[in-house]
Amino acid sequence: MRDVAVVSFAQSPCQAANRRDDMADILLPVIREAVYAAGIGRDDVDFVVSGSHDFYEGRTFSYIESLDAVGAWPPISESHVESDAAWALAEAWSWLQLGEGDIALVYGIGRGSLPADLDQVVPAQLDPYFLAPLAPHRDAIAGLQAHAAIEAGLTSEQGMAEVVVRCLDAATGNPLAQRSGQVDVARLLDAPYVSSPLREHDVAPIGDAAAVVVLAADDAARRLAERPAWVRGLDHRMDTHYPGVRDLTTSPSTRRAVGRAAELAGFTTSDVDIAELHTEYSHQEAILTNALELNGAVVNPSGGPLAGRPVTATGLIRIGEAARQIRDGNADRALAHATSGQALQQNLVCLLEGDG
Amino acid sequence: MTADSLSAPYTVEFPFERTVGPKIGTFLGGLRDGRLYGAQTERGVLCPPLEFEPETGAETGKLVPVADTGTVTSWTWVPSRPGDPVPHDFAWALIAIDGTTGALFHAVDVDGDSARMATGMRVRARWRAERVGQLSDIECFEVAP
Repeated sequence: MRDVAVVSFAQSPCQAANRRDDMADILLPVIREAVYAAGIGRDDVDFVVSGSHDFYEGRTFSYIESLDAVGAWPPISESHVESDAAWALAEAWSWLQLGEGDIALVYGIGRGSLPADLDQVVPAQLDPYFLAPLAPHRDAIAGLQAHAAIEAGLTSEQGMAEVVVRCLDAATGNPLAQRSGQVDVARLLDAPYVSSPLREHDVAPIGDAAAVVVLAADDAARRLAERPAWVRGLDHRMDTHYPGVRDLTTSPSTRRAVGRAAELAGFTTSDVDIAELHTEYSHQEAILTNALELNGAVVNPSGGPLAGRPVTATGLIRIGEAARQIRDGNADRALAHATSGQALQQNLVCLLEGDG
Repeated sequence: MTADSLSAPYTVEFPFERTVGPKIGTFLGGLRDGRLYGAQTERGVLCPPLEFEPETGAETGKLVPVADTGTVTSWTWVPSRPGDPVPHDFAWALIAIDGTTGALFHAVDVDGDSARMATGMRVRARWRAERVGQLSDIECFEVAP
């Protein structure tokens, strides 16, 4: 295996809606910042890969617009995944492992604010025979999962609100967060349900932002970063799509992914100082903490997705934030998790480490 | 400096015909006839029928008729919107159909009273009079007497 590291990370502020900038306008300053921070020029990038979903944009091949910010002439080596950009990072990591080049730029651009009614758009990602024709509310399948998690004794409405309070408090230290502040549990619990037992605060706020990670291999990584955040293990797995045939209170695919990532890394999650988890809903923290067997790690010190969920950039931001903690010397080992699909259907785990 | 972008409404549609194969086809045909079907697997009859067993990846077996009654295994209470199967607030639920493994996702109507919803409650399908072979041939589930 080659040693591959995150050498730079940048993101734009999470906004509930950005109607001023188009895709390329949002992305361009973020790419500039990440490339500048890595101390490289555009010509040094061997591979570019991005992640986004067309159904949030309401048009096909929408990400092509973002290439205006990348610069595709003279021709570049480039790819795209129809998913959260954490999966684009997995592709870049594999590409570097194959020895195709030394430096890769990964970006996620998501604009969740564009659909006038997410209730009409979210079912587009569902099974076309058994689920989509019923057009469930955007948070309904997560609501079933939250209800099941509470009945299984994993959490409670109070426990979920406490997760939100902790995350919004942590986000006061994150100037790019969409939401932050000191709130109290009792006040949160006074709010009405959106899809019981979920209240508005339990749902990570969807919005618009871009994120960029620069990966480098071997000597390039050592040259470009004082303290590279080495990607020691990375794996992604999926559970079956239909929510009625899996136990929604567990996440077998997360468990499998972390097992494989730990095998590659040579250390386990009990050695991890911080964990950035892609919690689209507050109740999912308990399910993920169990599946990952986290033991004492600080969870979502950035505030996590409950403080801002730019669609398809949120998972990549988890990797960027975990790497930042290592690069700043706040952590020696960190875990980043990303999810895609309904109720934690697909999960990616990345284990990072700084030089000892 | 920069003015806000202009915006215009845009309706997304999905107007396609599909061929669904023998398993989902039999299931949808059953709905048209007012009957639920499940697929045989090693761990029991799966309803709704998947083409492949999610645990092992093995191909599922033949389709057999099952009851249209079941037990709620989880639910979430939501406000009714235009186009929803129930005209007042209702629950989306996972319903373990009697004699099958797994659970079917559908709406449960309890006359807008969320206090009547509970895990473990017994429900039965309320069929539409005019059926066309899709999941909405079941209008929703209702409390079984």
